[in-house]
Amino acid sequence: MPERREPLLPLALERVGFVAGGRAILDHVDLELAAGPRTVILGPNGAGKSVLMRICHGLLAPTSGTVRWAHPERPGEPRRQAMVFQRPVMLRRSVLGNLTFALAVAGVPHYERESRAFAALGRVGLGAFAYRPARVLSGGEQQRLALARAWMLEPEVLFLDEPTANLDPGATREIESIVQSIHASGTKIVMVTHNLGQAQRLGDEVLFVERGRIAERAPVERFFRHPATAEADAFLKGELPWH
Amino acid sequence: MNTLGLAFAEAWSMIGRADPKLLEIVSLSLRVSLSAVVVATLLALPFGAALAVTRFPGRDALVVVVNALLGLPAVVVGLAVYLLLSRAGPLGAFGILFTPAAMVVAQAVLIFPLVAALARQAVADAWREYAEQFRSLGAGPVASSLALLHDLRFSLVTIVLAAFGRAIAEVGAVMIVGGNIDGVTRVMTTAIALETSKGDLPLALGLGIVLLAIVLVLNVAAHLLKERAQRGHA
Repeated sequence: MPERREPLLPLALERVGFVAGGRAILDHVDLELAAGPRTVILGPNGAGKSVLMRICHGLLAPTSGTVRWAHPERPGEPRRQAMVFQRPVMLRRSVLGNLTFALAVAGVPHYERESRAFAALGRVGLGAFAYRPARVLSGGEQQRLALARAWMLEPEVLFLDEPTANLDPGATREIESIVQSIHASGTKIVMVTHNLGQAQRLGDEVLFVERGRIAERAPVERFFRHPATAEADAFLKGELPWH
Repeated sequence: MNTLGLAFAEAWSMIGRADPKLLEIVSLSLRVSLSAVVVATLLALPFGAALAVTRFPGRDALVVVVNALLGLPAVVVGLAVYLLLSRAGPLGAFGILFTPAAMVVAQAVLIFPLVAALARQAVADAWREYAEQFRSLGAGPVASSLALLHDLRFSLVTIVLAAFGRAIAEVGAVMIVGGNIDGVTRVMTTAIALETSKGDLPLALGLGIVLLAIVLVLNVAAHLLKERAQRGHA
């Protein structure tokens, strides 16, 4: 078992900017994310939500500003944060093989991999699917598998980029309940969603992103009841503030 | 029966009775081309995969060169390898010119760009889909490349089959570096060229039929693999 590790969180972004193709996607973002509350990122399309999360997770490097973790991961060490994407990416091998691959990458010794993978499948209700090719599972099942893969690595932070955008209500409920369990097991949740109901069910606090800036940050209840900014108010009313 | 009919009948009868001369030539062809495919694949698959997933200055130029070499004329490869292996050439000390080893080298050089370019394309397409997930998991370049190659195994086998088809059917390169020496470096294609010009049609036709059959079998195998890949793994 790994030795006690120093916590990754809090994460601090200072004056983070991201420019792509001459367009500023993010502009002077200052943000601190601490362990504990489930953070939901809301905002209109193209506001920079996904880019913000990718910068946090290290998939994109900011073009200006700094991203600082309390105790950053070192290159070559197993990752202590995970991400689940809108469209799950599965290897062309069995469900079990997808999990043991991730465990191998994380440096888990061979003899532990199968038992940990089976435990992870059990937690998301996919135990019976272990030997099926992962790519023939339904969208909802694949997303549960993606959650199992992330959860199994016991990340300190889990980023979710619209994990239920392509799913029907039933599958969405299953995903939400798994995210709750992951949070209950001690993982910080940071999620982008377009589903306002989901934001209220799963979120403790809201980050409202608009035109590359964090326009508002508030506890969920307050954000939905009394948004502090006109943009957030318009967004919640389904208006299009940029028109 | 006319001459052509007689030649065909004799050709089939050579195949039917497993004529030793025919067998010898077919067997050398298979050995040379299989060896060339093994050598070229071992070098070109990792090379193509690396070209797809790494970024370095000059990478794009290298991709263009590899793609351009796809259309490499076999005789030019033969000439280049001939110059390299000839007594005065930089690799002349090995003394392998006019041996099957030289033919393996020439065919490996010929099909290296084919395997590398097609493998690069396949890996690059998959990489676009997988890159973020791999980086999110913390998989390094080696683990990522191996996982990609494994995921693409069916397409890669198809590529290798195509490369084998190109190797066994080419005539220019093996003719130049092998010399078409009877019993030593005579393969199906060079034998067909020679026997046809000599007028020994039955042997040429017999070899032609065997060559066609091999290419046909390769294509059927490639087709079946593709079907299987699409059925089993969506």
